[in-house]
Amino acid sequence: MKGNAKMVTRGFSGRRPPAGDARIPPGQHLEHGFPVLSAGPTPRIRTEDWSFTLKHGPRPIKKWSWAEFSALPMTKMTRDIHCVTSWTKFDTPWQGVLVDDILADAGVEPPTAFTLAHSFDGYSTNVPTKDLVVGKAMVALLYEGKPITADHGGPARLLVPHLYFWKSAKWVNGLQFTERDEPGFWELRGYHIYGDPWREQRYTNDP
Amino acid sequence: MSEPTAPQSPWQTATIARILRRTPRVVSFFLQPLQPFAYRAGQHIDVKLTAPDGYEARRSYSIASAPEAGEQVEVAIERLDDGEVSPFFHDVAAVGDEIEVRGPLGGHFVWPEGDQGPILLVGGGSGVVPLASMARHRAALSSKVPVVLVYSARTWDEVVFRDELIELDRRGDGFSLALALTREGARRPADHSRRIDLAMVAQSIAYFPSPPGVAFVCGSNAFVTAASQAMIDAGVPARIIRTERYGV
Repeated sequence: MKGNAKMVTRGFSGRRPPAGDARIPPGQHLEHGFPVLSAGPTPRIRTEDWSFTLKHGPRPIKKWSWAEFSALPMTKMTRDIHCVTSWTKFDTPWQGVLVDDILADAGVEPPTAFTLAHSFDGYSTNVPTKDLVVGKAMVALLYEGKPITADHGGPARLLVPHLYFWKSAKWVNGLQFTERDEPGFWELRGYHIYGDPWREQRYTNDP
Repeated sequence: MSEPTAPQSPWQTATIARILRRTPRVVSFFLQPLQPFAYRAGQHIDVKLTAPDGYEARRSYSIASAPEAGEQVEVAIERLDDGEVSPFFHDVAAVGDEIEVRGPLGGHFVWPEGDQGPILLVGGGSGVVPLASMARHRAALSSKVPVVLVYSARTWDEVVFRDELIELDRRGDGFSLALALTREGARRPADHSRRIDLAMVAQSIAYFPSPPGVAFVCGSNAFVTAASQAMIDAGVPARIIRTERYGV
């Protein structure tokens, strides 16, 4: 295949979404359910065992218990989400604490341009700090008004809806500012370092 | 914990070289890529179909063949009646057709390099596909690493790769197959006629000379959730369990 010429598949007509085409990034299809994907078994984390730590490199900046964290200002965010396995789901309603409000409570400005999100199960994913602030991302505690179920990342998951959904780390327990852009779990295993669905940055080195 | 980063795998054309029905709902497609590629057991490819108006659909399919099997890549596709892509493969695709593929992809649900101890494989339905690649890979290598495949299907006739897996089990070289049929009685002494549960996992890992070093679970989300819980309850550490899920 050369240039932008598309190879038409003999006999394939496909199914067009009835509406909202412009909201579906290239290569994605609309999903009405909410599929579950993860690298390992679902951890069951009790809120009494839950904590969230903000770090600069190895140095902790602040740590919150569940009670402290859930007392932070809560924001509603309803967004389309895009999974790299090719499904897109419209209008998913979340509630949680904006990363801006976490930083404000810790009394810090972002110290570096890069962030690693960490999870209870050892998962990690990297996101540029600018993609987490100015209302772009939150640590979500509620989905459809109810506590997030364990299989969808509860009690708390990162929500970075403008990037492929593996960046929205399930079972999140901390954000760590890093000096360099350090690849996380899937980024070390063939997935894109940034993951913009509108540019189809699915796998390593996709433009 | 890091593994080699998958290389960039650009889209390319592959020709359907052979089509083989495996079960009433699962058909294997042997794809000959224009640029053959090496892969690891457990990896997948992405497939892209394009309509005349440029509309594209893509899906990920696990590779069923062993890396040693040659240039043709086998994918085993289950027909989902309300699906967009699998009915195309089942009803329309023919030998000689060209489709676009990209691969290999995935760097986590893969057969481990080096000796990490016995390996537990747990599959439900078409979730057996990447595990079959691993079983075939083990056989191709004449590996002696102890492996148990616990494989749940509704009926005997819906067991994908059934005769081949039973044949691998019969070799008695450390690969063991236990079928868990959920809608029929068991036919072999090693098989069960119920869903995968704690007792079944416990019985399977008791076969190992030492505790499993890695476990792979693949199937629907409900299957993987239930099976990995049974594994954890049977004493398999959560940190050694790698999962691959599909569906809602």
